[in-house]
Amino acid sequence: MIKRKWDMFCESVNMSVSNIMGSKMRSLLTTLGIVIGVAAIIALMTVVQGAIDTMNEQFDAMGLGTLRVSVTGTAIKHGLSDEELDQILACEHVAGIAPSASATVTASSDSAWSDAILVSGNNDEYFRHNPDLLARGRAINVLDVEQSLRVCLVDGDAARTLFYGEDPLGQTLYLSGIEYTVVGIIDEEENASLFSQILVGGASDGTVYVPYTSAKKLLGTSSVSSLEVYVTDPDDTDAAIEEMEAVLDALFNYKENTYTIINMESMTDAMNLMTSMMMSLLVGIASIALVVGGIGIMNMMLVTVTERTVEIGLRKALGAEPGQIQIQFLIEAIVLSLLGGVLGVIVGLLVSLGICLNTDITFSLNTFAIGLGVSFSAAVGIIFGWAPARKASNLNPIDALRSM
Amino acid sequence: MNTFFSMRGIVKQYQMGEEVSTILKGIDLDIKEGEFLSILGPSGSGKSTLMNIIGCLDTPTSGEYILHGRVIRDLDQKQLARIRSREIGFIFQQFQLLPRLDALKNVELPLIYAGVPPKERTRRAEEMLVRVGLKDRMHHHQNQLSGGQQQRVAIARALATNPTLLLADEPTGALDQATGEQVMTLFRELNAEGRTIVMITHDLKIARHATRIVNILDGELSEGVSAFD
Repeated sequence: MIKRKWDMFCESVNMSVSNIMGSKMRSLLTTLGIVIGVAAIIALMTVVQGAIDTMNEQFDAMGLGTLRVSVTGTAIKHGLSDEELDQILACEHVAGIAPSASATVTASSDSAWSDAILVSGNNDEYFRHNPDLLARGRAINVLDVEQSLRVCLVDGDAARTLFYGEDPLGQTLYLSGIEYTVVGIIDEEENASLFSQILVGGASDGTVYVPYTSAKKLLGTSSVSSLEVYVTDPDDTDAAIEEMEAVLDALFNYKENTYTIINMESMTDAMNLMTSMMMSLLVGIASIALVVGGIGIMNMMLVTVTERTVEIGLRKALGAEPGQIQIQFLIEAIVLSLLGGVLGVIVGLLVSLGICLNTDITFSLNTFAIGLGVSFSAAVGIIFGWAPARKASNLNPIDALRSM
Repeated sequence: MNTFFSMRGIVKQYQMGEEVSTILKGIDLDIKEGEFLSILGPSGSGKSTLMNIIGCLDTPTSGEYILHGRVIRDLDQKQLARIRSREIGFIFQQFQLLPRLDALKNVELPLIYAGVPPKERTRRAEEMLVRVGLKDRMHHHQNQLSGGQQQRVAIARALATNPTLLLADEPTGALDQATGEQVMTLFRELNAEGRTIVMITHDLKIARHATRIVNILDGELSEGVSAFD
């Protein structure tokens, strides 16, 4: 019995394929709606997913498990002292902190000068968490920080501004007139300074990294207003935030709006939520094309049933049961829309590959989108093929044969 | 000989708008196994309607039709389809071959619905085509075959499920004289092999090939060919 059903099924698929091949142009035009709908869904989902992945990668590079604290303070207390920083470091879920102090200063070398050099004071911890920052030479170490040594690292822009083509390593430069020795070069590609650029403003002739203790002296300040906090484990981020809030609230007398803690992860989450909502909306709109495509299929199937009235009558006379006729036409509708679905997947992947190659978005095969596209098109075939198939199966064989 | 089917008081009415037109007015007909019956009548006499009822494509408004001991009125669409599939082979005036399929596939068609497995299907279809003398035309399509050849493919198709009854509606209507004669010769051979044949025609010369002729006029049946003499 099952074997018989399977035979029938194979025959139906064969018949529908030969019918579809028999009118290639018409079938292709009919499936166009499905092709466009599925292609749009695949392209949208692949590109948006790629964009989300790319964004997440960038955010992860900025630091998973890294919190950024920025202190505005009160009228009498602008920032955090070293002792207060130690209180934050003492929190159970805080593994390390990297205070920073930055400002734009006038810098000069033996041969050039600029009044728009950004000085960024950091500690050894900062360079440990951003290992890619260092291109050559050495990073700032504990000794530099403890003893406020006058050593610095220059980035590509600063090197070009102050040293032209010369190798800056080992050279001397003057920040606000104070002598510093260049001990390291910052990697040009590295954009970890992006965040500080956003905070300070990007219009500078380059950045010089110095020990933050040294930077405080240089800038004439005793407190730090921004720092990065490294959490013991990314999972403990929330716990760390709570502990820090307790410390900071106490330090600022429980006044409001004295500090902000930015959690990169929660920002990513919010962004992801937004993009996925946007994606659902776009996919919803693209689905309209699928419905229109389904109507196209339905129309073609109704025409087919009318055209093949005699054939249906004949098949019935030859012993076809109504159910067998219905299955045959239903399978034909499904094969037709699946054909559109498969074509749509191919077109959609090509389109999204094209988009990804021309942008920074990484292309990845979105199997979920492909599955969704194919099953959507099959569903469209079933839904819109049902009525015509039903019509065919209900044809009275005599009426059908009489119309010959 | 055993009775193949029997009809008692078959009436068929159609609703034509307001009016009810009675096509068959109480037909009584018995056929024995192995008979070759011609139903002779002009167009509009109700002979096609009668054939549809015999072929289980249609059911009578009233009256009793018993085929092989089964009361047809009690059967549903699916059961009627089974009877058509297993016991009746149809032959039409316009052959009704599917143009997309070759001769062999056309003959296989009823075997698909009868649930015969693919290999057996091909074997039997080939056998039938050999039987009607189309051994070297198996993979020809409709447009590569003459009218007589097409009708022979249709006969092979009707024979494929090995039905006990061949039901032919004007089988020579679309053929020239000589080809028609050939088809009739084939019918007589099949009848001689023991197959029951019912043929509908308006052509007395063709009808005379049968072993028995009944006459239908205005929905009423009479034995013999008197109305045409």
